[in-house]
Order: sequence, then structure tokens, then C-alpha cells
Amino acid sequence: MSVRIEVCGEVVTAYLQGELDHHTAREMREEIDAAIDRNMPTLLVLDFKDITFMDSSGIGLVMGRYRKLQQIKAELHITNTSPHIYKVMKLAGLERLAKIDKGVKANERAK
Amino acid sequence: MKELNNFKMVIPSKSSNESFARVAVAAFVSQLDPTIEEITDIKTAVSEAVTNCIVHAYKDTIGKIYITVSIREENKVIVKIKDKGCGIEDVKKAMEPLFTTAGEERAGLGFAVMQSFMDNVRVTSKVGKGTTVTMTKTLSRREDEK
Ligand SMILES: Nc1ncnc2c1ncn2[C@@H]1O[C@H](COP(=O)(O)OP(=O)(O)OP(=O)(O)O)[C@@H](O)[C@H]1O
Ligand SMILES: [Mg+2]
Repeated sequence: MSVRIEVCGEVVTAYLQGELDHHTAREMREEIDAAIDRNMPTLLVLDFKDITFMDSSGIGLVMGRYRKLQQIKAELHITNTSPHIYKVMKLAGLERLAKIDKGVKANERAK
Repeated sequence: MKELNNFKMVIPSKSSNESFARVAVAAFVSQLDPTIEEITDIKTAVSEAVTNCIVHAYKDTIGKIYITVSIREENKVIVKIKDKGCGIEDVKKAMEPLFTTAGEERAGLGFAVMQSFMDNVRVTSKVGKGTTVTMTKTLSRREDEK
């Protein structure tokens, strides 16, 4: 499974796992969209903590979900982006579409 | 500049090969002792070019993707990714950020990613004949850093 979904009230969180490229994007997209349709959230959180690689297919995935969320007037947050993922997202100007939290390392969080 | 080493491979344009292609190129380049950031940059650029062959060049067929990596003197890496697919009518326009012919789920940022992660990107293409993307990057020399 490349996506783990967690629902908490009106918030759906999708924990993405593995490599995000054109080959894997479709399955992730289908799982996220199914969760949106099922739960009609007001906020979708995409968690990138366990994404080990991402190219522009990841940008397509985020932009596509952003458009879908707009139709139900829901917001999009992106969390736990590694420096590499943040660099790709920044290039695409995704920070204009969604709030992006850069990754906090687990050991820093524990302090 | 003198070539020190090179590597060639040909793979069918199956999406399951995207991961293999970028990892293979990264493994070959690793002999130059690149930083993690440099390796990730190269992997990402290769992923973009290979994906374009699969998604655009050979849209409704499976064709061959030709990948060549050349290591030159002074830590210079040249990656060439070639297809014999549909070709690009207007290369300049295709390389503009956000330009895509593939609809909703593509951002049109593949070339922008290649350009930002590599030092130089050159694209030659002929409609009906195919496309060649040549990317170069000079890696930092770690012994200089010390
Ligand atoms: N190898 C190729 N053969 C034929 N057409 C190509 C090739 N590479 C790119 N193109 C054309 O150039 C356009 C732009 O490519 P680019 O990689 O920048 O964006 P994209 O592939 O459409 O979207 P993204 O890469 O963000 O998922 C493509 O939509 C396609 O029309
Ligand atoms: Mg592309």
C-alpha cells in the first residue's frame, strides 16, 4: 500500500509512502481521491514523510488534488517535506496553493 | 574534455523501468563520490526525461529508450536520453514552464525540473523521428572542500 488514510472529523490525512513518480502516482491518486469522495473533508493533509523520491509527477498529483478540493471548498496542507521535495515543490510554486510545512526530524521533535 | 568512463543501456518504455533507469544512472555516477544532493538532482532529472519518453514519445506504444552516461575529466557528467518516438514540433514552447500536452494530471514542469537540477539541458527533436535530451552537470570536488 502506497497510501495510508486517516480520518479525524472533517480532516483527511493521507500518509504517502515510497517513491512518487509517474509509475506510482496513479495508485496514490486513486486512493486519495476515493478518500476525498468518501469523507468530503474540509481539509486534506498530504504527509510526505515517507516519500523517498519525487519528480514532477508529484507536482501533478498535488495540483490535481488541489483542483478537486476546490470543487468542495476544502483546503490543502502539505507536511514533512524533505529538502529535496521542498525544492521541487518550490519550483512549481506550490506554496501558493497550499500551506507547506517543512519536515521536522524525528529526533528534533522529541526534544 | 577527455572521457574517463561511459555507460550505455537500452530499455523498453515501460513505466516500471522509471525507477530502474534513475537508480542505474545514479549508481554509475556514484564513482565520482557525489553528494547526496547531487545524486538526487541527477536522479530527478533522469526520471523526468525517461518519463517523457514513456508518456509522450511512445504514448500508445512501447519503444526503446537509449540512455548514455559519460564521465569526463574534472568531474563532468553528461547524460543523454534518446527516443525514436513522435518528436516535438516546437521545442522552445515545450520547454516553457507549465506547458503540457498531456492534460490534468501533468504539471508541465519536467523540463523546468531538468534545467534547475542540471547545469545545462539541450533538446533536439524531429517530428516523427524522435527526441534527444542531453544534460550536463559538473559535480563538486569533495577533496577541495577540506
Ligand atoms: N520525449 C518527448 N517526446 C515527445 N514529446 C515530448 C517529449 N518530452 C517532452 N515532450 C513534450 O513537451 C511537453 C513538456 O514536457 P514537460 O516534461 O516539461 O512537461 P509534461 O511532461 O507535460 O508534465 P510533467 O513533466 O510536469 O509531468 C510535453 O507535454 C510534451 O508535449
Ligand atoms: Mg514530463
